[in-house]
Amino acid sequence: MAKAFQKIYTQITAITKATCSLRAEGVGNDELATVNGKLAQVVKIMGDEITLQVFQGTEGIPTNAEVVFLGKAPSLKVSDQLAGRFFNAYGDPIDGGPAIEGKEIEIGGPSVNPVRRKQPSELIATGIAGIDLNNTLVSGQKIPFFADPDQPYNQVMANVALRAQVDKIILGGMGLTNDDYLYFKNVFANAGVLDRIVSFVNTTENPAVERLLIPDMALAAAEYFAVEKHQKVLVLLTDMTLYADALAIVSNRMDQIPSKDSMPGSLYSDLAKIYEKAVQFPEEAGGGSITIIAVTTLSGGDITHAIPDNTGYITEGQLYLRRDSDIGKVIVDPFRSLSRLKQLVAGKKTREDHPQVMNAAVRLYADAANAKTKQENGFDLTDYDERCLKFAKEYSNSILAIDVNINTVEMLDITWGLFAKYFKPEEVNIKQALIDKYWPKA
Amino acid sequence: MTQGKVKGIISNLVTVQVDGPVAQNEIAYITVGGKTRLMAEVIKVTGENVYVQVFESTRGLKVGDTVEFTGHMLEVTLGPGLLSRNYDGLQNDLDKLTGVFLKRGEYNFPLDKEKLWKFEPIAKVGDKVEAAAWLGEVDENHQPHKIMVPFVFEGTYTVKSIVKAGEYRVEDQIAVLTDAEGNDHVVTMVQKWPVKKAILAYKSKPRPFKLLETGVRTIDTANPICEGGTGFIPGPFGTGKTVLQHAISKQAEADIVIIAACGERANEVVETFTEFPELEDPHTGRKLMERTIIIANTSNMPVASREASVYTSMTIAEYYRSMGLRVLLMADSTSRWAQALREMSNRMEELPGQDAFPMDLSAIIGAFYARAGYVYLNNGATGSVTFLGTVSPAGGNLKEPVTEGTKKVARCFYALEQARADRKRYPAVNPIDSYSKYIEYPEFEEYISKLIDDQWLGKVNDMKTYLQRGKDIQEQINILGDDGVPVDYHEEFWKAEVIDFVILQQDAFDKIDAVCPLERQRYMLDIVMDICRHDYDFDVFTEVSEYFKRVINLCKQMNYSEFHSKEFEDYKVKLDELLAEKQIAA
Repeated sequence: MAKAFQKIYTQITAITKATCSLRAEGVGNDELATVNGKLAQVVKIMGDEITLQVFQGTEGIPTNAEVVFLGKAPSLKVSDQLAGRFFNAYGDPIDGGPAIEGKEIEIGGPSVNPVRRKQPSELIATGIAGIDLNNTLVSGQKIPFFADPDQPYNQVMANVALRAQVDKIILGGMGLTNDDYLYFKNVFANAGVLDRIVSFVNTTENPAVERLLIPDMALAAAEYFAVEKHQKVLVLLTDMTLYADALAIVSNRMDQIPSKDSMPGSLYSDLAKIYEKAVQFPEEAGGGSITIIAVTTLSGGDITHAIPDNTGYITEGQLYLRRDSDIGKVIVDPFRSLSRLKQLVAGKKTREDHPQVMNAAVRLYADAANAKTKQENGFDLTDYDERCLKFAKEYSNSILAIDVNINTVEMLDITWGLFAKYFKPEEVNIKQALIDKYWPKA
Repeated sequence: MTQGKVKGIISNLVTVQVDGPVAQNEIAYITVGGKTRLMAEVIKVTGENVYVQVFESTRGLKVGDTVEFTGHMLEVTLGPGLLSRNYDGLQNDLDKLTGVFLKRGEYNFPLDKEKLWKFEPIAKVGDKVEAAAWLGEVDENHQPHKIMVPFVFEGTYTVKSIVKAGEYRVEDQIAVLTDAEGNDHVVTMVQKWPVKKAILAYKSKPRPFKLLETGVRTIDTANPICEGGTGFIPGPFGTGKTVLQHAISKQAEADIVIIAACGERANEVVETFTEFPELEDPHTGRKLMERTIIIANTSNMPVASREASVYTSMTIAEYYRSMGLRVLLMADSTSRWAQALREMSNRMEELPGQDAFPMDLSAIIGAFYARAGYVYLNNGATGSVTFLGTVSPAGGNLKEPVTEGTKKVARCFYALEQARADRKRYPAVNPIDSYSKYIEYPEFEEYISKLIDDQWLGKVNDMKTYLQRGKDIQEQINILGDDGVPVDYHEEFWKAEVIDFVILQQDAFDKIDAVCPLERQRYMLDIVMDICRHDYDFDVFTEVSEYFKRVINLCKQMNYSEFHSKEFEDYKVKLDELLAEKQIAA
């Protein structure tokens, strides 16, 4: 990889599992280097002592390894040729196709000036009522699935991606199992949409630290399509927990003091830099958008762990998947799930009764949960409790389950139908004007 | 000026070797790539090594790059034209920056140099003046923006000359002041002040006692905040912190509102950018943006300027307070600022305190909150900076250092609760855990008795007692079952629910319910407390919930209707009829 007249260093002074150090001059911060051909990046400079983070790990690196500095930060070549292709964490093709020709851009580039953003206002319909009705997604939003590793989040995400009306889908796979990687590849190929998809994949077979490049690669490609091609881009990032784990590995190797849950103190900023790439550009800037749907796997549903906790403070809501044992299906949990941008479209881009219907249904579902607790504790149920429980079961099956695929008007009509089936108008706490208009007439 | 050379780089912490004296917190510029100048602040000095935190990305920075020190600390520029602007944490005018993306090293002058302001002199030749004395006034978005003797001026000065009424640019000479030694000083409409120092040019700072009306019932009625008071809103994510903060910033009865978006979501700031120029100030009818300044340092903007952003905001707030205005400063979120401190402390390899935060975290928070307050200015006028900060406790655990450090200094506490948010009971402020210390101040009691009536605080306390009792009874019902407790227990429980649904809950997205003026709060509290004070005639517990649900429904319909409209009065009549059905005459 070395070019003529490039200085080659061969004296490494320190090696840890993820980093190595050497003496060198004229090196820039964040600059790339190769260590015996393995890609590395400058993470610390102290006088003439340079510390490099070696993405593939330092196994087998000798103290006399050849180190060449490349004089540039990590970058990606972008052009329309990206569409339909699969790449590794360095942006090199892994699908056997030719290298991409195009403009070389640095990844992890600068942030959008907040005054140059536009307030998101376009609904992204997924057909899944647990999302569209209760947690409506908006273009330019960033939202993760919080799910335990055994839940079908990748399938739900693939469904959302295929149903959403977008120009490009960019998959950033971090620590994907090979099986899941092939799953995505097959689903996209079978749907005949491969030409809309760009994938950057790090599987469990690749070194963990390489993952750190994936989100920036995916988002650099997304910014290219959104800014220069004015396209609506949907970025899928799975699994961000494995990304954060890789951050912790590196910070640990660099002897940084860990904060909560052994995570680096900068976890919030590190995650925010990625998620905040989600943006809606105004018409003057071409009107493109980047929407991010991510996955954060939880350990035993614990959302107080530093990774989901910091994520929750950054993203615009979160979607929880949960198995509902009453109906034997996976549902989008209406209590913990939240789309912070839903009020920008609910009742504005959808029917006027949307916000109140959504809240009333969730409130009744909560009453059902209380009734269930009572039942489990062996208390008698009131008539109202019984009705709530029946409502909840039917609501869960026809609205919350992830296999639902209907439009928002149908979702609203079904919910009104359930209200009328089990309750009296004054029990649902909805504005009278809406009751008068939408309460199903017997 | 002192010069230096870059010696080491870890992320945005840069070690510099210097050739002369430097001061702690002094500002320096590092030249990267031969042309881009990055702003940095001195945070530690050991021997000839000076540690600076760079306010931008250090990508490409090399050992040997040159550093110039400026001889001053981080300053803000104060003058007419700050209102309606969107600044970053270092007070760059975001609208003046070119391009869609932020370019590092691009800094600009925060005011409009060309705009002409209509100046009216206040001081006269021969007047003795000191720092912050009002020399004159310009009209800034209908606010009397005072042109003051710069805060850095020490001692007494004599006005040697002052310009006549007329139109002037911010950098035009407004007055000449002569100091005790006979030296002349030219004063313009612009002055600078280092952000980390409090502006102390006032006579005294009494305890806050005047209610700051926010239109949010759970605050004004249950736990009011005062002009010049301090409060904080901790809550796990998804509990409605931001919605509550936006509601307060839209509705609060303040002259100036400063919103410091500190390390939070860009789209939330965009919401403010988009909505405030359209929305009307409920008190004056003018556009909200006219009284608002936004300091946006969102989570993806450089971490070090996050810390600067809260100080920049506070300094601007103090500046307007010195003009005798009521300023409301909201910072969302102070936890992000604390995290920025943690990141730097960590890079400097300081011994960490709890959760790896710096040891002096609670002292830093304390000193910051202390800058708020209601003050008597030297000329007898009053002004205030009310500060409300949000805290984002890790894992929703209120025993973490930022929450604990804040709890020691903030006088109002609005605890957002996950359980309430899950049940969509918004605003999810827990009425029992939250508090306002101001309620206990005799001066506040005197003020509120005059403003509303002398029964008010008694009613509010009764309301809290009903809520507490309701909570206790709910626990008993959960243990003993619905039929395991007497029927009147259910009645007590449902009275607390009426308070919760009618007073505490408020629909921030409904045009009418979103803002509840004090007069309306008084009216509704009277209705609700009257409901609570009566006994009711029920035979079985199932009747109780059904009955009170109807009561709640009618009260909520009232909340959704225009105050004293026909619709409103109709619901009131229906409510009275319903109450008459079951109430036992006292």
